[in-house]
Amino acid sequence: MLSRTADNLFWIARYMERAETAARLLEVGSRIALLPSAAGYRNEWDSLLQASGNADAFARKYGEPVQRNIESFLFFDRDNANSVASCITTARENARIVRTALTAQVWDALNSAFQELRHLERTPRSELELSRLTEWTMRHAAMVRGAIDATLLRNDGWDFLNLGYHLERADNTARLMDVKYYVLLPKVDFVGSGYDNYQWTTMLRAMGAHRAFHWAYGGEVTAAKIAHFLILNRQSPRSLITCVDGLSDHLDRIAKAYGTCTPAQEAARAMREGIEALTVEDIFEEGLHEFLSRFIGVNADMGALVRNTYLDGDR
Amino acid sequence: MTTYFNEMYQGKSVRPPYARLEDWMKSMPAELRHMKQAEAEALFRRIGITFAVYGEGGDPDRLIPFDMFPRVFTSSEWSRLERGIKQRARALNAFLVDVYGRGEIIRAGRIPSRLVYQNAAYEKAVAGFRPPKGVYSHIVGIDLVRTGPDDFCVLEDNCRTPSGVSYMLENREIMMRMFPDLFRENRIQPVEQYPELLRRTFASVAPDKCDGEPTVVILTPGHFNSAYYEHSFLADLMGVELVEGQDLFVEGGFVWMRTTEGPRRVDVIYRRIDDAFIDPLCFRPDSMLGVPGLMDVYRSGGVTICSAPGAGVADDKAVYTFVPEMIRFYLGEEPILQNVPTWQCGKSDDLKYVLEHLAELVVKEVHGSGGYGMLVGPKSTKDQVEAFRARIIADPGNYIAQPTLALSTTPTFVAEGIAPRHVDLRPYCLVGERIELVPGGLTRVALTEGSLVVNSSQGGGVKDTWVLAE
Repeated sequence: MLSRTADNLFWIARYMERAETAARLLEVGSRIALLPSAAGYRNEWDSLLQASGNADAFARKYGEPVQRNIESFLFFDRDNANSVASCITTARENARIVRTALTAQVWDALNSAFQELRHLERTPRSELELSRLTEWTMRHAAMVRGAIDATLLRNDGWDFLNLGYHLERADNTARLMDVKYYVLLPKVDFVGSGYDNYQWTTMLRAMGAHRAFHWAYGGEVTAAKIAHFLILNRQSPRSLITCVDGLSDHLDRIAKAYGTCTPAQEAARAMREGIEALTVEDIFEEGLHEFLSRFIGVNADMGALVRNTYLDGDR
Repeated sequence: MTTYFNEMYQGKSVRPPYARLEDWMKSMPAELRHMKQAEAEALFRRIGITFAVYGEGGDPDRLIPFDMFPRVFTSSEWSRLERGIKQRARALNAFLVDVYGRGEIIRAGRIPSRLVYQNAAYEKAVAGFRPPKGVYSHIVGIDLVRTGPDDFCVLEDNCRTPSGVSYMLENREIMMRMFPDLFRENRIQPVEQYPELLRRTFASVAPDKCDGEPTVVILTPGHFNSAYYEHSFLADLMGVELVEGQDLFVEGGFVWMRTTEGPRRVDVIYRRIDDAFIDPLCFRPDSMLGVPGLMDVYRSGGVTICSAPGAGVADDKAVYTFVPEMIRFYLGEEPILQNVPTWQCGKSDDLKYVLEHLAELVVKEVHGSGGYGMLVGPKSTKDQVEAFRARIIADPGNYIAQPTLALSTTPTFVAEGIAPRHVDLRPYCLVGERIELVPGGLTRVALTEGSLVVNSSQGGGVKDTWVLAE
């Protein structure tokens, strides 16, 4: 397959996953903001921007982080390459370029998301509840994902799409968990308080994992259980270990199809072994924020390795 | 008053190829027709066939209007057309081999030297080079109009990269899907073998250095190009990669494409970009679309480029006048298809005639295409004619003129029901080791009443084109 085609497929997946994360970030923020605010706290919305790595770009354009501006920035703003609107537009444009590598159903799903987006952009903002925007995004992301799973040939193109999904999802889960760090940072003594638990629960809701968590663990919501669920539990579809598994599996499929193993496969295997050996205690000992920062770095290196190996065509 | 040949009706009687269509037409109530038309449009949009027009704003995802009323030829009408088209395609390729070789036709005084060697489309960079199998133009699109039962004229030849063949194929698919009964009642020759024939044509002109099954690619300027849909459609149906310039590179005397499994050698490039852009080292240095060094590989026989660089000199509107002469010179045959009489404004006698009869003539730019920059005298206002007169006087060599042709009409679905509209025809002749022509082509229709301009950029539509089996 042409490197450029593989690259386009890889980024279609990354952008769709990223759109979903932007929506989930908005969801987390709006729920956290429903708590009575305590003077001296860092602004919750600001913490979202910090975690998504967009704080500077936002400040330059909008200044104060108030909800309406953040909604604009994370959903509608075309200047923000990571907004829902930008991500869906770019994913659809990439799909148009590689139409022949996709089924009609996948194209339909991406194209109709884009057409509806254009309609949303013409709708007066007063008629658009935040929850409607986030649900809309998640619904379309799921439709694209479903079309891919149900109709696409299981060839190398499918693997590159899935590499995109898993790399991006791992990054996003780590960043969403890190929001918690930014929110809590000022007052360490809140750890373990009711407020703390409320925030953790919100995080679970944002990842659509609230119910799933209770099925898997039951009882008290604790930081340790949640960290386990989102990092180390293979049952959780968004956990870091699930993403790393997927990454490694799809790279192995590619190696088998092409008949050559590359440093990318080795790196993914090392990543998987590293995370498998961890316990929640290890993570808390290192510090959750430190662990997540390190993971985000390793994951980014992994992405670069995939690009150098397969997507750049030796340029 | 000009009379136009109606391809379906002669007076009140129906011509044989359309015999079975009259009942179909009459049995379709308006509501059903509207429903079918909407269904066709949805299918086109769904498949993604859209057409962006250069230099126009508006919706980039615009559809070319599709008219459901087919255009029909009998097999005997077609076999004469086929012979004429193949004859012309052979002569045009013989001419190209000649003018980049010894130039016999010029030495014989049958065509002026200036017209060839001073022509902007003549590529000095390939003079003396003979492409594999002596083929320059692998797809010859010949635009034809019909003026009577047996009268077909060639409007122009397209030797570079004629577009529109995806419409020929999709129009048929959609007609078969919507009106299967029509295909059971009429014996219509298929066109669906076209992509496979195209692939075989390319494979047959692979360079000598290619051993084994040739790797063919389509080179596109990219997804912003108005014909991108067609590029990806053909790549898909032929099962070849659709590449951009950035996907290719030159090394060790060959062209390679960048794939996820490393570099893979490319043997034949069907390029859908102009000569000027294919190699920044040889032609325009600012081109981002091409492949640096491609022409060196081409000239050393490492890759075949289709159409061959320089093929454009054969489809120039001034050279067009001499195609009948080429047929006599190279093939020793009389032309089966006629040219339209053409006045060269660059000649003073012709210019005088053109300026005196401007209101009756069609005037075109020598290098223009797509229906831009032309004057249709009888359909223009006095002011438009005068404005064009000034342009011709300013640069006469840039214009040719032809009589306003009485283009035939076929029944067409319009808002009020069914009415005759003017049509032309573009068949796609394939030239490789063999010459092939699928029985069909693209019929373009001027949807505006009385209009003679069928270009999609000027509000033209398309129809399915049938050739009946014997």
